[in-house]
Amino acid sequence: MPQPLNYLKETASQTAGPYVHIGLIPAMAGFDIFEKNFSNVLVTPDTQGDRITLEGKVLDGTGSPLRDVLLEIWQANAAGRYNHPADRSAGALDQDFRGWGRAGSDFDSGLVTFETIKPGAITDKSGRKCAPHVNVWIVARGINIGLNTRLYFSDEEAANAADPVLNLIEQQVRRKTLIATRSERAGKVVYSFTINLQGPDETVFFDV
Amino acid sequence: MNAQAPASRDTRLNRPEPFTPPLGDGGFFRRDRSIHPPAHAPGYKSSVLRSPRQSLLSLENSVSEITGPVFGHNDLGPLDNDLIRNYAKDGDPVGERIIVHGRVLDETGRGVPNTLVEFWQANAGGRYRHKKDTYLAPIDPNFGGCGRALTDDTGYYYFRTVKPGPYPWRNYVNSWRPAHIHFSVFGSGFAQRLITQMYFEGDPLIPICPILTTIPDKDALDRLVAPLDLNASTPFDSLAYRFDIVLRGQRSTYFENRTAGN
Repeated sequence: MPQPLNYLKETASQTAGPYVHIGLIPAMAGFDIFEKNFSNVLVTPDTQGDRITLEGKVLDGTGSPLRDVLLEIWQANAAGRYNHPADRSAGALDQDFRGWGRAGSDFDSGLVTFETIKPGAITDKSGRKCAPHVNVWIVARGINIGLNTRLYFSDEEAANAADPVLNLIEQQVRRKTLIATRSERAGKVVYSFTINLQGPDETVFFDV
Repeated sequence: MNAQAPASRDTRLNRPEPFTPPLGDGGFFRRDRSIHPPAHAPGYKSSVLRSPRQSLLSLENSVSEITGPVFGHNDLGPLDNDLIRNYAKDGDPVGERIIVHGRVLDETGRGVPNTLVEFWQANAGGRYRHKKDTYLAPIDPNFGGCGRALTDDTGYYYFRTVKPGPYPWRNYVNSWRPAHIHFSVFGSGFAQRLITQMYFEGDPLIPICPILTTIPDKDALDRLVAPLDLNASTPFDSLAYRFDIVLRGQRSTYFENRTAGN
């Protein structure tokens, strides 16, 4: 027998279940318990960058919206820098932007919204620019292990065309599943997205 | 000019950088999906329409995956890890008082420090304080059913609660969930994000639970079952259960930045 490597095994995932709100967004479950709560608003008045709303739905295999889904997003700030010590790129940190938020879908419509800023382009380890994007993590009843995907921006056509991750997607037609569509509503910039869990337009999910 | 070339530029060998340590690039170990439940697990009926059918696209970890949100004590309140007191109105909640404690580790065995652990559960009767839960067992006026903690420098966390009850759910007509506590854990990078459930040693509902049995690996399932830890119990007060959680290991960046991967 060779020496054992003795790595531990990752703990197995289990579904977040239908009552995930109790733990992660108690106000949605119908009660108030913590002094401080996490939310879908990533910005404070002092955050730098262009305010945007991300708005979308997650659809099941019949095209029906999930009404008990929970999304988290993780993104760089307006300068393209993540608020984390492992990001050693040159962009300035913004102390008023953690870059993370969570949202539950509306129990009736299934709509999910985030109030955030548009992230800057990110510089990867080799110095390449990556198109601005938001990392998305999806959990719900019936989802056995959290799903990872990304949202890119429809008004970043040139950057998207050169993005190393979008270009990994072999079928060009599937790349559009990651593009959120820009519109303006009452002077506010809204990016709309649809995440399809199944079907011909199934969203590209990543094994990260 | 110094005639000697800098050590990092040996142009004869066309090797611009020195050989770096293995495990040094900061990416996470590839996730072993054979120990996780598959997305499509027909015995758990809700998974059928909610499971992707295409292959996941494997992504070499970039800065987007090895970074993740940082939390601190400012995010928490003083009662957040005490479910016996954090929603008490006119007394203690009903049920068996228990302590749950353990460490958040990564696959290399190192503790994951200062990471956020969140937990939620049904009350002792198996009822959740959630407007969508209609089970006939009563709401406990003194029990909210959620809490959170930040691990210490060694990855240790602990909280106090009452033992949740089992409850029926719509999968088969007579499906019951074993008593369990839901856990959400962050780690240092967003690619470590994990939600799981902790079960209790000796629960006869464990081997017949349609959700638990989605896990294809017997050892992986056993690792979700917390043993009674009498040593950590408080005499005449609370029993204790031990639950360690393992997140993905990281190809550490320790030569450049200890906080990123240890």
